[in-house]
Amino acid sequence: MNTIAKPESHPVALSAENVCASLSGKQVLFDVNLNLSAGQWTCILGPNGAGKSTLLKALAGVLPHSGRVSLLGNLIDSLPHRVRAQQLAWLGQNETSADDLTVLDVVMLGRLPHQAWLAPPNEKDWKAVERALRYTQAWDWRNRPLGQLSGGERQRVLLSRALAVEAQVLLMDEPLANLDPPHQGDWLCVVEDLLHHGTTVVSVLHEITIALNADALVVMCDGRITHHGPTHDPATHEAVKAAFDNRIAIHAVGDQWVALPKTLRTQNFHEN
Amino acid sequence: MGSQQHHRDTNRKPLVLAVALILVALLMAFFGLGVGSAGLVSVIQNANDPVAHQIIWDIRLPRTLGAWAAGALLALAGAVAQGLFRNPLADPFLLGSASGASFGVSLALAFFGVSPLATEWLIRLGLTGAAFMGAVGAVFLTLLLARGVQHTLRLLLSGVVVGVVLGALSSLVMLMAPEVLQAMQAFLLGSTGFVGWSACLLMLVVWVFSMVLAWWFSPVLDGLALGEATAQSLGLPLVKMRLALVAVLALATGAAVAQTGLIAFVGLAAPHLVRSVVKVTHGRLVWLSSLMGGALLMVADLLARLLIAPQELPVGVLTAVLGGGYLLWLMHRSGSQTLGGSSS
Repeated sequence: MNTIAKPESHPVALSAENVCASLSGKQVLFDVNLNLSAGQWTCILGPNGAGKSTLLKALAGVLPHSGRVSLLGNLIDSLPHRVRAQQLAWLGQNETSADDLTVLDVVMLGRLPHQAWLAPPNEKDWKAVERALRYTQAWDWRNRPLGQLSGGERQRVLLSRALAVEAQVLLMDEPLANLDPPHQGDWLCVVEDLLHHGTTVVSVLHEITIALNADALVVMCDGRITHHGPTHDPATHEAVKAAFDNRIAIHAVGDQWVALPKTLRTQNFHEN
Repeated sequence: MGSQQHHRDTNRKPLVLAVALILVALLMAFFGLGVGSAGLVSVIQNANDPVAHQIIWDIRLPRTLGAWAAGALLALAGAVAQGLFRNPLADPFLLGSASGASFGVSLALAFFGVSPLATEWLIRLGLTGAAFMGAVGAVFLTLLLARGVQHTLRLLLSGVVVGVVLGALSSLVMLMAPEVLQAMQAFLLGSTGFVGWSACLLMLVVWVFSMVLAWWFSPVLDGLALGEATAQSLGLPLVKMRLALVAVLALATGAAVAQTGLIAFVGLAAPHLVRSVVKVTHGRLVWLSSLMGGALLMVADLLARLLIAPQELPVGVLTAVLGGGYLLWLMHRSGSQTLGGSSS
């Protein structure tokens, strides 16, 4: 049996080699090769249907795929389920039906990889859950059922659930869905804090302006990676614009980048 | 620690509910033993009367306990199905497993020529086995037709199709073996009237076994509530555990249907009623639902014996009417919520 590499020492958090994946019999990922540095925030961008979420799922080891995906130096498929779950946390989109669980129960599920089967939570679990809930300012709702929260509030609770795993690698699929701009700002602070503590963050985002705060961008089109580079590199900006048919513009405003949609008026709606 | 203390405070509610449900069951058992031609008082006064003794110990007690066990099994199956298929409308009947179980029983009856009223151990075990096989087959057929559990509407419609087809096949079997027709009719209406000690003990043993299994696998149901990918990311081996839970679902349904016939809606209503009172993880939900189902069926059984006394209604008819009403109310409530945009 292979020995499991020491995670802290590995410079590459996640890597993909010739990864292909299909959904409902249709191939959506074509020979993807990727190395994501440890301790960095990488954002995956691309138009709808580019295969971003599929790639993220393949990297998380929750989608059948061909090729090789490695997590902190170990083949993800050969890692014991529990070890993988301790090292990698996942935040998906629109998949929760846990309306009848309380916020506290939902976030405590994030501790499952650390607990003995059916064992009650210990002091460390309670601390991790409280920390995660206070982090997203969701602590006050801890005894409310998830079904009674608004979309944005739910999203913050689900983020807490992923944070409670306290994994070295955190994968998030559209984590800003339903969050208003101030809470999007809070999410950015959470990510910065995670990076400060050495966590690797990989996210799929539709909010390009927010994505332009990442360390690196992966640009996808039609199931393939068209570019992977540092966010501040002009070549990366060009690749992002190209992925969206040059229908966006990226401008520097103060010390940050802002992406704006370009209107392409080809026909007046009221004209016949 | 503050958080732990707070959680402990809210923890008392499930315990209170459990105690209340056990008390209701005990109360119903007390009344259940007393209802009938020989009232409890007269039975106690004539403790040495062998007929009264026989009525209490050989007829009413196994029947009363059997009603509890059947309700507990169906509710357990309902709670597991709702968690497993991430669908609050899933229950042993809507997924076709109850129809599958009754088809298994009707085949066993027609081929081996035994009556569902038989009380011998071997026959009860055989009927339970046939019901189990039928239930497993029906669930897999439903899953096959629905191409997995992801699509809620497809899953429920497939369950309905499988239920109707297997129901029709059961009728066909009965038509070809008319000697079991009368006994099967009582069975199809759902009745606790024929539950003797062997059937009662069998259900209790299966209940303990499936309860422990359901509780053991309950973290999977919690994980699945967060979505398939999240459950997987939490390190849960979904394929194996799902199979085990389908087996629990089929075993609990099969054991109940083989002894008491088709008793509708207990499996659907019990977990809903529990969730409307307390918000708990599945480890507790399966226990509380089971206690709720047992108490519900005991109440229904008592009503079935009282409403048109000295005759009695098949309890399945009563649960169908009451459960149907409950389902309508549930639909009405969720409908008005959607229309009104209320989040409570």
